[in-house]
Amino acid sequence: MAVRECDVVIIGAGPAGLAAALYASRARLRTLVLDKGTPGGQVRTTWSMENYPGFVRGMTGPELMDRFAEHAKEFGAEIMRGDVTEVDFGGDPKIVKTHGGEEYRARAVIVAPGAEPRTLGLPGERELRGKGVSYCATCDADFFEDLDIVVIGNGDAAVEEAMYLTKFVNSATMIVVHDEGILDATAVIRDRAFKNSKMKWVWNSVVEEIRGDGIVESVVIKNIKTNERTELEANGVFVFVGTVPKTDFLRGHVELDRRGYVVANELMETSVDGVYCAGDARIKYLRQVITAAADGAIAAVAAEKYIHEEEGFREMVLDPEEPVMVAFWSPASQASLDFLPTVERVAEGRRGKLNLVKIDIYKNQRVAGRYGVAEAPTMAFFRGGQLVEKVCWPTNESELAAVADKVIGG
Amino acid sequence: MLEVNKENFEAEVLGAAGPVLVDFWSTKCEPCMALVPEVEALAEKYGDRVKFCKLNVLENRRLSIGQKVLGLPTIAIYKSGEKVAELTKDDATVANIEAMIKEHGR
Repeated sequence: MAVRECDVVIIGAGPAGLAAALYASRARLRTLVLDKGTPGGQVRTTWSMENYPGFVRGMTGPELMDRFAEHAKEFGAEIMRGDVTEVDFGGDPKIVKTHGGEEYRARAVIVAPGAEPRTLGLPGERELRGKGVSYCATCDADFFEDLDIVVIGNGDAAVEEAMYLTKFVNSATMIVVHDEGILDATAVIRDRAFKNSKMKWVWNSVVEEIRGDGIVESVVIKNIKTNERTELEANGVFVFVGTVPKTDFLRGHVELDRRGYVVANELMETSVDGVYCAGDARIKYLRQVITAAADGAIAAVAAEKYIHEEEGFREMVLDPEEPVMVAFWSPASQASLDFLPTVERVAEGRRGKLNLVKIDIYKNQRVAGRYGVAEAPTMAFFRGGQLVEKVCWPTNESELAAVADKVIGG
Repeated sequence: MLEVNKENFEAEVLGAAGPVLVDFWSTKCEPCMALVPEVEALAEKYGDRVKFCKLNVLENRRLSIGQKVLGLPTIAIYKSGEKVAELTKDDATVANIEAMIKEHGR
């Protein structure tokens, strides 16, 4: 079993993962991106891409993703094929394992696994998948040239994909649960759809069943106002009803919400130190290429800071053989600033026997928090990588000197 | 891998003596393109147990629909003119394809 080490492993090569890879590799971190398929994520299956700033027309989803991937590689990121099945975020390094048995070890991990189309669980839906039931317009549009299809869903994605399909099909019938004229899609997309002569509309209705012997032949539609059921002949059924996060492999490792989305804060920090989440798999307001890319950039910068902070702390405080005196100070605490000259004098008098490290608790909140340092000044003493003494608000030089000598003698 | 189409499908797939794998694909299908190197690798490994063919559905739409293939990617195995196994969409993973070859191969 191969083991590879690097600074950052990014799981998922959609826009979030690729943007993270670009930022991380440009910050000179050894960056590895793992994805089970071709880079690009869900954007790969989206043809029309007209709301990514800077590209009004003529840019497709796959093309934009190829550019994202090229850009990340330009700065040294490595994009590899790998289906991540197992993670261990408990120690340092963090461990990521793939289906093929490869193991990756990294200082920080950015999870950007994205989401996949949600299925409805209708009778016939599973059986007829690939037999006329589709969740990917660009994949399957060609089969339905001059045929009649039904589209389930009425959000932006559903209506845009349906409009793409009208370039191929004879008709696309939209089954919409709302009253006539009302769509979840935004106004600009709605207006364009209403002008499209190949699109037909069935209002106040849901699809109850997909029927067919081997291939799709019809759907059963129920009007939710009258409860009346009708059977509509169709050669294909395209389902665009939102997505579900691909986070099963993270269950029990980072905090997820009830629906499986990753809980992360504004810095993309998950419930585990050094593990970040970016893109559609995160709880967020808007899931678009641009917000995924933004998440990726933030996650990479936060991960870089984390790695340097941890590395610095280990080198200066945990690794040395001689005892280390850490002065936790803060620019906001005048008392801590006033106390620093005293700290310097105590250290100077014990040169060679005691190292001094000064840490700004405002800039290093994670390290401070780990050792229960809530306010400045706090003096902490380390030996052999362990915290051995902690003094909160030491008052004078003799008190500090006494503790220092006890640690040195200890 | 042997390229099959509406002209030779009958002879090369349906009329073949042993098991035949058919990779239904198209240049527009990104998941299919992602699978190409994987299937090529399987062809190297299992070429002696199964005959590997690929069929571009863009040029052979009627034939594909006739084979009840209306979605990509789809990978099927034929024996004595009958489709005996098939993987489509998310199920068409390398691991599943390999398992299917082992089950239905020579």
